[in-house]
Amino acid sequence: MTTPTLPTPPTPSVPPAPTAPSLRGPRGTWTPAQIALTLVAAALSLVWLAPLAWALSTSLKTPTESVTSPHWIPQDLTLESWKAVIEAGNIPNWFVNSVVVSVCVTFIVLAVASLAAYGFARTEFRGRSALMALTMAGLMFSPAILGVPLFTTVQSLGMVDTYWGMILPQCAPAAMVYILYKFFQSLPKELEEAAFIDGAGRWRIFFTIVLPLSKPSLSAVGIFTFIASWNNFLWPYMVTNNPDLMTMPNGIATVQNAFGIVWPQLMAGGLLAGLPLIVVFVFFQSQIVRGVAHTGLAGQ
Amino acid sequence: MSTLAHARTLPPRTAVAADSARARWSRRFQHGGWFVAPFFVLYGLFVVLPVVRGLYLSFTDANISGDHTGFVGLDNYREALKDDLVWDSLWHSVQFTLYVVPVIVVVALLMALIAHHTVHFKWLWRLCFFAPFLLPSAVIGNLWWWLFQPTNGMVNHVLGLDTPWLTQKSTAMLAVVVATLWWTVGFSFLLYLAALQNIPHHLYEAAELDGANAFQRMLHITVPNLRNITGLVLALQVLASLQVFDQAVVMYQFGPGPEESTRTFVQYTLEQGFTSYRVGYASAISFILFIIVAAVALGRMWLLRNREEVATR
Repeated sequence: MTTPTLPTPPTPSVPPAPTAPSLRGPRGTWTPAQIALTLVAAALSLVWLAPLAWALSTSLKTPTESVTSPHWIPQDLTLESWKAVIEAGNIPNWFVNSVVVSVCVTFIVLAVASLAAYGFARTEFRGRSALMALTMAGLMFSPAILGVPLFTTVQSLGMVDTYWGMILPQCAPAAMVYILYKFFQSLPKELEEAAFIDGAGRWRIFFTIVLPLSKPSLSAVGIFTFIASWNNFLWPYMVTNNPDLMTMPNGIATVQNAFGIVWPQLMAGGLLAGLPLIVVFVFFQSQIVRGVAHTGLAGQ
Repeated sequence: MSTLAHARTLPPRTAVAADSARARWSRRFQHGGWFVAPFFVLYGLFVVLPVVRGLYLSFTDANISGDHTGFVGLDNYREALKDDLVWDSLWHSVQFTLYVVPVIVVVALLMALIAHHTVHFKWLWRLCFFAPFLLPSAVIGNLWWWLFQPTNGMVNHVLGLDTPWLTQKSTAMLAVVVATLWWTVGFSFLLYLAALQNIPHHLYEAAELDGANAFQRMLHITVPNLRNITGLVLALQVLASLQVFDQAVVMYQFGPGPEESTRTFVQYTLEQGFTSYRVGYASAISFILFIIVAAVALGRMWLLRNREEVATR
């Protein structure tokens, strides 16, 4: 991040610094060690991209070509499968459901978790430490563990096969509260005290001082909540049977295969499900990278 | 302010005002419960209630519709201990964890070292290594189901083999491990990359001045500075891997895999709950998984605390 990736001409006069090139600055960096390291990185990147390339290539083949002898470049390049996936079937529907569910989850989590984290970090109330302990205990429960009882709970609330049934159980993440709690604690108290002396109430302090200062943390939490929710398979799989209500991951795993496997369509559907987040990543790469570091290191 | 008369006395007026304001500030925040209330409504409904309910159900013979519920005491737990499929599926999840965690840690660290030390195209390596993490687990399952096809799959095409990866017991779990490594290593990679970037430069500069070579700098500066992050990566990976479900189940079309060799623990609880409709029994075995996961999490906390105590001694 600190080194601009402008193509610099090789200047062999600079002495090599094989393992800590950043000490030397961005100039004259095409040392033999750098060239070797870059080749290794490129090779590994190719290996990591190969499955995606294969999926893309498959999606551009005809169904018969996909199951004849394997090869990378499609002979009759065709968008047939993409068209079939977009026009027929439920995929556009699932896509919309995914958008609705993940956007709702993200906003509810941001609102609820930031309020709770601020409450824990800055306010006093009876039972605060007990509730904090309860929240920490929740870090050990996941939908994978709670699946069956969570389902019966949602069932008794009458929310099976509804949007709310998909959305609300994803909206109480103890981990996000914890991350924001740590962050709010690290903010200097003096700012808030000064605002209080000037007559601001606690809600106003929260909305006009604390939240604007917390943009990096909030965007990290928001981005991760969105990714987790968009990719969530287990919970929507449990709580929906109605194909019209399914989300992308759920639909392509359960329904799309049910009518016989057409590999190009399966790959086109998969790429379509993954595309939005890849696009988001390309545009918000540095925020996401910082977000991972931030959220990860908060758990340290 | 009615205390103007005292303004001339020490301590100075501003300090007094700030002090009383501070007191009022903390008093006004006595009712901070409103801040946490919305979270706890959701948390209570969708975490606390299911936990309590699950614990209760685990002592009953409840079915999916919730009627005909009878209290059966510890019968479910007793049955679980004698149920071969509980042990088999638990072993599969543990086996998966034992395979995947070390590989992820090593590959993530290697990737981070490579991406950190290359000067050019850092963004490109980051994009390539992290991109698969953004795909939904269901897509991972479908994708690798296709890639591992014996005659038309990419894996055999590239390696020049004709191994039936997904239909023989010896490679079935390996296939899930490979898919999972490809999918999730990017997250740990980013954690390592961030940790590497956090190591202060002056340490390397000082070591270089003292004549340490690249290998010595790596051994005495990089490795010790990555100890904490390695602990974190290990803990996160073990906890996630023990709860493996999505990718395995999609790769094997919701079945148990060849010779039932990839049925994971979570899969078995869901089969009991939603296929056999035995909600009581499913809840009981869920709590067995919870105990294991909690033991790992608490064990890590205990280790961390011990290390802190040692460090402050």
